[in-house]
Amino acid sequence: MRIILPIKQVPETRKVRMDEKTGTVIREGVESIINPLDLYSIEFALKIKEHIKCEIIGISMGPEKAEVALKEAIAMGIDSARLISDRAFAGSDTWATSYVLYKAIQKIGNVDLVICGERATDGDTGQVGPGIAAFMDIPVVTYVSSLNNICPEYCTIDRTIEHGHETLKTEFPAVLTVVKEIGEPRLPTLKGKIQVKNTVIPHWNLNDLGIEANKVGLKGSPTRVMKIFRPQVTRECKLLYADDEPKMESTVNRLAKSIRDMELF
Amino acid sequence: MTAVNADIWILAEQSQGIIQRVTFELITRGLKLSAKRNCKLCVMLFGHGISDQDLQDLIDRGANKIVYLEHTDLKDFLIEPFSDAMCGIISQYNPEVILAGATTTGRTLMPYVAIKVNTGLTADCTSLDIEPETGNLIQTRPAIGGNIMASILTPEHRPQMATVRPRSTSSAENNGPRIGEIIKTSPEKLTSSRLTLVKFSPFEDKINISDADIVVTVGRGIKKKENLSIIYDLAETLNAAIGATREVVDRDWLSYSHQVGLSGHTISPKLYIGIGLSGSIQHIAGMQTSEKIIAINNDPDAQIFKLADYGIVGDLFEIVPLLTQKLRDGAKL
Repeated sequence: MRIILPIKQVPETRKVRMDEKTGTVIREGVESIINPLDLYSIEFALKIKEHIKCEIIGISMGPEKAEVALKEAIAMGIDSARLISDRAFAGSDTWATSYVLYKAIQKIGNVDLVICGERATDGDTGQVGPGIAAFMDIPVVTYVSSLNNICPEYCTIDRTIEHGHETLKTEFPAVLTVVKEIGEPRLPTLKGKIQVKNTVIPHWNLNDLGIEANKVGLKGSPTRVMKIFRPQVTRECKLLYADDEPKMESTVNRLAKSIRDMELF
Repeated sequence: MTAVNADIWILAEQSQGIIQRVTFELITRGLKLSAKRNCKLCVMLFGHGISDQDLQDLIDRGANKIVYLEHTDLKDFLIEPFSDAMCGIISQYNPEVILAGATTTGRTLMPYVAIKVNTGLTADCTSLDIEPETGNLIQTRPAIGGNIMASILTPEHRPQMATVRPRSTSSAENNGPRIGEIIKTSPEKLTSSRLTLVKFSPFEDKINISDADIVVTVGRGIKKKENLSIIYDLAETLNAAIGATREVVDRDWLSYSHQVGLSGHTISPKLYIGIGLSGSIQHIAGMQTSEKIIAINNDPDAQIFKLADYGIVGDLFEIVPLLTQKLRDGAKL
């Protein structure tokens, strides 16, 4: 079977800057990492490979340097990768991004499973996984926490929701988005690192995927960022010290009273 | 006759046949928009075996119209029948706006449907407004780990779709009987699902972290798993859910279902108590919209104090048991 892993390269959240005019992220000069939540989808795919014969292909839509993220995934053990890169893609929202990834998946062909991280830590929407499924017209299971059983036609998985765990069975092809409970992502291996050196990652652009330019980028995106602003800090912290015994008593009394006054319990 | 504007719709959410609280919060959101745009607030509900009383309750809380699609295939959330149901409502009623909770259901169904009907979707909004003339929905959400707020428009596509962060507004109250339209139908044909629910196992914890009024969250300062007992005691006294930082979950002191932050849950309780945690950007992203924030830490320069209402500087191993004691004593009075 064939598994596709859409992987996103994201800026280190701590160091992010925004273009105040367009509301898009300035990626230049900011350290980029593999989306931390995509490490779990890579791990999940590699776990599946321990149970069933399969080919795992990573795809990433982004600038040329996003190749680094794909190489990292290859070092972890996936089989090959495609970089989807074109200036025309810049500014794509989740609609346009899902569409581009869908076209890439279609070009690869014969796909049984698409596995995504639950969301990317920069955009933080979690919309692209379900979006790809909708374009492909196949089922999606989100918040997948473990694999119970897999065969070439279907799999059963657990999914974590607000009030408990669901066990679901899905036919292939399907899209899964996974959460951290999948298990600790493995580290790159020596064999993987050698593999990286021997792998050429094909780059696909707009034309390679047969996409019309008006369906991607800002033009192809239904949503528009109107403005961005810093969240207002409205809280003024009252610091109470409880670092010696007399202060301890009065501080904790005061704290207990303010909690009781909220009448929540 | 005056021109009639297209309506504001919300997706009511049910689990095991029980209407979820996020539905009432969406009514609050929707009423504000429908009043400003001068249109109706309509509710779509997909399920099976929902009582007439529960449907009337949605009217009494302020909705003008309920469309309830009842089918055994809509009992539990499965993407294909639910997507069919929502796409059906969209083609029949042409909503101007559809709001759903940013819940596991909303965050799965809405992006799927937005592609199917070719429109834009904004995730996890914490503030919504509408331009009365154009009907453009101003969707505001935290981005980049909450470091920035973005206001987003979907200017040329309809419906405008948005998911709304649970607990980011109050529930609409039932203020006695109102008149509204209730349409109850059974869809004849839904796409047969390639996905089936085998079983559902509810959590043993009684209190769900995203629903709780109070969340007591613990960080690495607790030092070891055995020390968590003082946190359990406090949480039990307050009837609170227990949250944890990533460091605590990574050390296996608590399970992932407790994790609050960028790679865990986003919570917005009425009261957040952070104990022995510094307030990393990753953690803050998941709790900064809490109504009231109390932090206990021995470092007066801890980042968490910058966004707390009350910061208690001292040794958590002394403060927490004493606080629990005081709260228990107080409860007896």
